[in-house]
Amino acid sequence: MLSQQIQASKHPPELVVDVMMAVQEHYGYLSDEALEEAAAMVGMAPTKLDELATFYTFLYREPVGRYVIHLCDSVICWMDGYEPLRDHLCKKLGIQMGETTPDGLFTLLPVCCIGYCDRSPAMLINKKAYGPLTSEKIDEILETLRSEAAETTPS
Amino acid sequence: MAETTNTAYPQVLFANRKPDRIATIDDYRKNGGYEAIQKVVSTLSHKDVQKIILDSNLLGRGGAAFPAGLKLQTVADDAPFPRYIVCNADEMEPGTFKDRVLLHADPHLLIEGMLIEAYSAKAEKGIIFIRPEYENAARILEREVAIAEKAGFLGKNILGGDFSFTIDVHRSGGRYICGEVTAQLNALMGKRPNPKQPPPYPTEKGLWDLPTVLQNVETLCCMPPIIRNGAEWFRNLALTESGAGTKLYGISGRVNKPGCYELPMGVRLSEIIEKHAGGMPEGSEFKACLPGGASTRYLSRAHYDMPMDFETLKAAGHRLGTAAIMVFDQKTCMVAATLNLMAFFARESCGWCTPCREGTPYIRDLLWRIENGRGEPEFVDILKKQCKYLWNAYCAFAPGAVSPVEGLLADFEDEVWAHIHQKTCPFKASD
Repeated sequence: MLSQQIQASKHPPELVVDVMMAVQEHYGYLSDEALEEAAAMVGMAPTKLDELATFYTFLYREPVGRYVIHLCDSVICWMDGYEPLRDHLCKKLGIQMGETTPDGLFTLLPVCCIGYCDRSPAMLINKKAYGPLTSEKIDEILETLRSEAAETTPS
Repeated sequence: MAETTNTAYPQVLFANRKPDRIATIDDYRKNGGYEAIQKVVSTLSHKDVQKIILDSNLLGRGGAAFPAGLKLQTVADDAPFPRYIVCNADEMEPGTFKDRVLLHADPHLLIEGMLIEAYSAKAEKGIIFIRPEYENAARILEREVAIAEKAGFLGKNILGGDFSFTIDVHRSGGRYICGEVTAQLNALMGKRPNPKQPPPYPTEKGLWDLPTVLQNVETLCCMPPIIRNGAEWFRNLALTESGAGTKLYGISGRVNKPGCYELPMGVRLSEIIEKHAGGMPEGSEFKACLPGGASTRYLSRAHYDMPMDFETLKAAGHRLGTAAIMVFDQKTCMVAATLNLMAFFARESCGWCTPCREGTPYIRDLLWRIENGRGEPEFVDILKKQCKYLWNAYCAFAPGAVSPVEGLLADFEDEVWAHIHQKTCPFKASD
């Protein structure tokens, strides 16, 4: 589908973010090799892609967990309890901001205003929005995702 | 989430808004949807459309308030083809969520708005640039664009005429600077989204060096009702002489009913807070608000009754921005709030020009020290100087970034001094 779009495009670089997202989806993150593969697809130099991969919030140059949690730390969420929620998440997952749980399930990252100020405090997990959050709600969400992962992972 | 409001004010952009679902193409058409583009294609020239938009006094809703009709007119008659329309659905200004609500309410309103804009610019390709946080909205748009295509409103020879137009949805990788016009065009071309100073203006040389007209979601959504009902009708929707149309006010923070409300342009701040947003919680008193996102100055208590339109705020030295009103109460430390805002700007500075890349973290660090009891008296002057320096940055990002700091120093300097003298945050101390 994407390769057809690239073929049909007069300017393949316009698809570079889509291609990197797809390659990232496939490998889990953008390793050097993955970046080279994506670069070849759109006919750009790998360094040009690295410029973008290190720039955009939703492209990852390091391995991330199966669920990437983006906790909003902008002003409304901050006022509505970002800090205690962050501490709660860190404690619950046993990691600091920017880290991934040892079982590879969760990565915890801060993010700028996600546009859910009417439901603050809010977060995204794999780009799905949750809010308004409380520590109890966070526990429930994590529990649901853990059992979802257990069901879909071949043992 | 239900965000309906019982208001006597006309609902123009939210005419088809339902509490729990997205308006379908049938909902949209039942209420006059796609009549405007029929009228345009069958009876109006592209210049007629430009004139109507110009006469309506529709100002860009993305924050810069540039007249939408004037922007259209800057596409030269002999400008090359193909021409592009870009819909800016990047909405990354902190506090702003109106476009998200609008896209989830009535996606065909945007599609028809883009059609009208495209017709008047003689463009044949439209792109919706959307932030990755709005993946849900991106999927809705892709689905509804396909439905509009099937219904004959997009594609070749629309409504039997010689006007052809298609829409693609482009997902961003996610950075604040992508909301800036020239940065967004670079992003769309697969380049690092650095801003670029005009001239040439995008309407002359935009995407792939071809004429490109970029507008915010809400701006485009105003166009179908303007065409259907006329420029004068639109101007008269506003409560103030200087304003025009309705406005989506997104309100959050210390109010009982945060949400997005469609109200006449120029409605007073006090009315928005007390009547529409359900007032402030018990024990909270209005201290200040940011009237239109993170890159505007605080409105203090003295401005509580201010009519909220672009011109009135401008005359008072303020900006309406995106009309994302963030309300702070007397228990909120303005130094801490401003520190949070500066942390945002320092993180999101694209880093391309030195004043912004170096200046925003510097200001953030000074505020951090003040907030954490390590402020020195000379910091106040340094902050003032730094704010001035940042006006020399390459694009509008840095002047926007220092707006809350300038507001802090203008209206809450005593709070800054209290931190410095007491060597702690007075708000933490009183907890």
